[in-house]
Amino acid sequence: MNIFLYDGTFEGFLSAVFYAYARKVFPDKICGNNLFQKDMFAEEFTVYTNTEYAQRVWNGIEKKASKFICQKVFRVFLSEMSDVEMLLFDYIKLTLGSRFSIDEDYSNSTVLEFNNIYKKVTREAQKVVMFVRFQKTADGIYFAPFDPAYNVLSLTINHFKERFADQQWVIYDTRRNYGFYYNLHDVEEVRISDSNINFFTGKVNKDAMDDSELNFQEIWNCYYQSTTIKERKNLKLHKQFLPKRFWKYLPEKNFLEDR
Amino acid sequence: MPIPIAEKLKILAGAAKYDVSCASSGSKRTNSAQGFGNATYGGICHSFTEDGRCISLLKVMLTNYCINDCAYCISRSSNDIPRATFTVKELVTLTSEFYRRNYIEGLFLSSGILKNADYTMERMVAVAKELRLNEHYNGYIHLKAIPGASRKLIHEAGLYADRLSVNMEIASEPNLKMLAPQKDYNSILTPMHVIKDEIVQNAEERRKFRRAPRFSPAGQSTQLIIGATNDTDYRILNVATNLYKGQNLKRVYYSGYLPVNSYDNRLPAIVSPPLKRENRLYQADWLLRFYYFSVDEIVNPTHQLLDLDVDPKLAYALRNPHLFPIDVNTASYELLLRVPGIGVKSAQIIVRARRYRKLNVTNLKKIGVVLKRARYFIVCNELPNVTIQDLKPESVKRQIMLSETTPRRTKKELYTQLELFPH
Ligand code: SF4
Repeated sequence: MNIFLYDGTFEGFLSAVFYAYARKVFPDKICGNNLFQKDMFAEEFTVYTNTEYAQRVWNGIEKKASKFICQKVFRVFLSEMSDVEMLLFDYIKLTLGSRFSIDEDYSNSTVLEFNNIYKKVTREAQKVVMFVRFQKTADGIYFAPFDPAYNVLSLTINHFKERFADQQWVIYDTRRNYGFYYNLHDVEEVRISDSNINFFTGKVNKDAMDDSELNFQEIWNCYYQSTTIKERKNLKLHKQFLPKRFWKYLPEKNFLEDR
Repeated sequence: MPIPIAEKLKILAGAAKYDVSCASSGSKRTNSAQGFGNATYGGICHSFTEDGRCISLLKVMLTNYCINDCAYCISRSSNDIPRATFTVKELVTLTSEFYRRNYIEGLFLSSGILKNADYTMERMVAVAKELRLNEHYNGYIHLKAIPGASRKLIHEAGLYADRLSVNMEIASEPNLKMLAPQKDYNSILTPMHVIKDEIVQNAEERRKFRRAPRFSPAGQSTQLIIGATNDTDYRILNVATNLYKGQNLKRVYYSGYLPVNSYDNRLPAIVSPPLKRENRLYQADWLLRFYYFSVDEIVNPTHQLLDLDVDPKLAYALRNPHLFPIDVNTASYELLLRVPGIGVKSAQIIVRARRYRKLNVTNLKKIGVVLKRARYFIVCNELPNVTIQDLKPESVKRQIMLSETTPRRTKKELYTQLELFPH
């Protein structure tokens, strides 16, 4: 059994694909360094991340398939699912080895699985766009914590940048402890350790909030309550559309509990 | 003493919630250089009410004072209810503050009638204008055009709004006149015509001058109330089709009548809204718009009501057993769409996937075909299965209904859980 060890980054993964093709050694398992458990019977190969090699694989996929497929590969990688690297490796191998596009061959289980994960990741990114809630802080920055199931924050940045171009904002992944800050010009990746933010609840401390913030949360909650049609209440449907795991970020679902 | 904004919101959102349209889609407005907000083509839901509706827009009325007395409306002048009116400033603040926090996609503004149509419409337009020109807000705006408002105001409204709509409410004129004596079809159809003309004219202008401002880029829509009158589904779907074709409407919304004014004996005595019928109408509407069905294939003069037991597509298949089974490996896309259990997505995937190999049941299942339904209407690359040709339509219907009913649930629960076709 061949195990490839890489640094857990997307570039690292692409380097691993390059390594396999360059040396004609094909992996049975591709593992991020930190997730690796020693296996006595396996042969280990350590792959060093190499931007140029990664780029060559990326270009190869684009040439054989399309930019869109490259994007799909990236998104599936962001799922961080266990063994997703092997799935991706198989998918890329199919793509590079075929004379025509294989992406719609849904009766192939690799292609199907790949597309299912792609859909899940894309949906999760959509959830961020839907359910992120900004809290305005005293220094005028709009802060939004989130805990996405997959590592999708980067996929939503263009949307927010385009939409909230005239306000400073931060969107923060509380699980992976990093986020993005928009300073009215560019978006930069940031890591925050600020005692004014409770990472567990995702709430900004009252003292660090803009004076009007709680007021607008309350008014929004008020709107939410009065727009419900009581005669048609259907909590099962409600939870299906608005899964409980997002409730902690939504003032309309937790405003009263805090007080 | 002025009413606090939260109080007003309670009153004016409470009154507006019966207007069902939630769509924030259909407009692509890009943000300007110093502004904020944009409209995304697919629309975005930001929350869901406890009755399971998408919250996308801040949906409020400018006022719930009204000079009219429509029987089906909670805001009718003869009701003794708390009333309030927003100032233009209040609505502008609410919209932009909510928007900046990612609570909403935009504003949906309707209104009762203060003094007269133009007086009311003028204030509604002022809200949209202020948002666009002073706040540099580029998010979504949907304005209800007030029946009877002047052409000039409707024109102005369309310059700032992404969508304009006029509610038709009742699917036949005599019934409208009975329930809403101050209204007639003329006052509703006239603004619809104006909006349609303006949209057409605007499209031409934009062909000539690319920078001409857009007029109501997401088109217009309307709402019909279901179950407040004796209008049949045949009538309702025909009205809808005519609106789609004649007035170029983007959407017709169906709203099950809620017995808000049960004391009024011109209205039927019902305890709960006809949710199931509403759902069937949406499904039928979906078939008209995306599945290449015509009204007469769904309902007709002899069958004027939709079957409440099964969805209209299954009902159609059961009434037309001679068209089935069809071969999924050769049938055209349009035919695939007629198979119960095959939706737009699976039909598209089938057409693409069968280029690689002949599809069998396992493939179909993975593709997302609902075999519990589809199996009676298809053949594929496998041993022949029992189809509608071997069974009677009645027993196919029974088997499908049985297979989809889980015994522990009561019938009533099932009714409320019916889902629309995926959007
Ligand atoms: S005009 Fe509109 S707001 Fe006024 S009573 Fe009729 S439906 Fe209600």
